Amino acid sequence: MKIERAEAAQLLSLNKFNVDEEEPHIVLNKDICRQCTDKPCLYVCPAVLYKLDKNGEISFDYAGCLECGTCRVMCKNKGIVKWEYPRGTFGLSLRYG
Amino acid sequence: MSESEKFDAIIVGAGPAGAACAYTLAREGKEVLVIERGDTPGSKNVTGGRIYTYALEMLDQGLSEEAALERKVTREQVMLLGGQRAITIDFHDPSFNRDGHPPMSYTVLRAPFDEWLAGKAEEMGAMVACGIRVDGLIEKDGKITGVIAGEDEMYADVVVAADGVNSLLAQKAGLIGEIDFNTVGVGVKEVIELPASTIEERFRLTNPEEGVACMILGCTEGIHGGGFLYTNKESISLGCVFMPGEVARHKKSIQEIFQDLKMHPAVYPLIAGGETVEYSGHLVGEAGYRGIPKQIYREGFVMIGDAAGFVINTGYSVRGMDLAILSGIAAARAIVNASSPAEIGPLYMQELERIQLLPTMRATDGYFDVLQTGWLYDRMPALATAVMADLYSVDAQPPAKLSRGIREQMKAHGISVWDVIKLGFKGVKI
Ligand SMILES: Cc1cc2nc3c(=O)[nH]c(=O)nc-3n(C[C@H](O)[C@H](O)[C@H](O)COP(=O)(O)OP(=O)(O)OC[C@H]3O[C@@H](n4cnc5c(N)ncnc54)[C@H](O)[C@@H]3O)c2cc1C
Ligand code: SF4
Ligand code: SF4
Repeated sequence: MKIERAEAAQLLSLNKFNVDEEEPHIVLNKDICRQCTDKPCLYVCPAVLYKLDKNGEISFDYAGCLECGTCRVMCKNKGIVKWEYPRGTFGLSLRYG
Repeated sequence: MSESEKFDAIIVGAGPAGAACAYTLAREGKEVLVIERGDTPGSKNVTGGRIYTYALEMLDQGLSEEAALERKVTREQVMLLGGQRAITIDFHDPSFNRDGHPPMSYTVLRAPFDEWLAGKAEEMGAMVACGIRVDGLIEKDGKITGVIAGEDEMYADVVVAADGVNSLLAQKAGLIGEIDFNTVGVGVKEVIELPASTIEERFRLTNPEEGVACMILGCTEGIHGGGFLYTNKESISLGCVFMPGEVARHKKSIQEIFQDLKMHPAVYPLIAGGETVEYSGHLVGEAGYRGIPKQIYREGFVMIGDAAGFVINTGYSVRGMDLAILSGIAAARAIVNASSPAEIGPLYMQELERIQLLPTMRATDGYFDVLQTGWLYDRMPALATAVMADLYSVDAQPPAKLSRGIREQMKAHGISVWDVIKLGFKGVKI
């Protein structure tokens, strides 16, 4: 990709992912997220995978996850009910790192 | 696998810590299994980065010469950004790279480097199993005796947690609780390809072996953190680290702030015409000596590298990979010298002293306080660049007195002489 101001989705499309369709490695409980006022996950995720939908609810897709763990560290209200690394061989494969 | 056919050591994670530990143990004839969740070692790992070669030389003499490294660092730079303005400090010292000695540090990309280092451990006789995620620990009579991965159980005298900053194993072993977000930074990074000759021209390097390490202040909208730029052989690693707690209060995505840095008028010309080929994110320990957990071993279990909090950030350089390697060596020495598994932990602590890792971390503890100074990240670079702008501005009017100009700019940027004195006090403790 040419050097330009890029959206996260454009940047993620450059990476190699092997998405585990059977077992998501991060799972949210939307009821808890609804109660969370700060929603730090919206800002700290380098892949910008946490978004607000038109109803103001968190929508999340684990497919482009960079596996950094920041959301896990920042989610004080525990809306993230499961956070694991993807199963072996799944997830991100960096060619440069 | 049954308990009777157990390994001398199982190492979880094939980053520099795990690979260095495996290399040393295998060289001493130990039966070692390294388990890595990535398809290949390094495929999950991110750094700035630059690695200091002394650690590789300590692992084995001559290793840094054959290592999968990028360019030896011949220029150390610091960039201060204030709005559109920029100051670059460029330091060059040929004695860092004397003929006949290994260059002091190299820029590095982790996918090739980690794969190379894990390969060296394999050559020494270690077994490296990739594509396997360790899910849990096996405990018996209060001792850790092995690991669980999916359906499999594997046993060893000692399990070495080399699983990085977000160490799920250390949590499972009960040695750390939840990670305090004030002790970690989140880094984002683009790898940008450019022809080698373009890199050499733009950074005033005389040949393809030479490179630049650059830290950037004033690019985080006041959030505690900073940018970095490293020249690789045919690419540039450009990234930025942020304290996530402050990001949450600032309410702007780190990805966006990073894009602002990338397009900054002082940064963009360095990468223009290049092509971004990868985007990554990773946590990095920021608390230095204070970030080391109270206890980094228990019977049958030791933590090394990032899992043990071994990272030093001074603001002008980051050291994690060299300390990861040192701690891997220290753990291996402890395992080799222990006459029973119970001795490993205490011996490991002694080896960490002997190899100068803990003394180094103690000696740099004061940087943490200096870097806690909020105005370093926005008002200081803004002030410095504003003073420069005054200095270099010429018009038909007689110039204001310099000392007065600086005082006025300090006032305008909300930095008092008292603030500077306080910072100085923190500084002299380093
Ligand atoms: C943005 C950024 C910039 C940095 N810049 C520098 C720099 O310029 N210089 C420097 O020296 N340091 C730098 N660091 C720090 C440095 O990258 C780390 O300190 C270093 O990578 C630590 O090595 P490690 O072997 O302990 O952990 P890692 O390199 O993180 O390795 C951990 C390994 O464990 C594997 N793993 C984790 N969990 C499991 C599991 N359950 N099962 C199996 N495998 C598992 C991972 O896949 C990984 O391969 C930087 C860090 C960041 C994030
Ligand atoms: S682990 Fe990192 S990349 Fe993945 S969702 Fe969480 S913050 Fe985003
Ligand atoms: S921080 Fe956690 S609880 Fe809050 S919205 Fe995000 S995922 Fe949900």
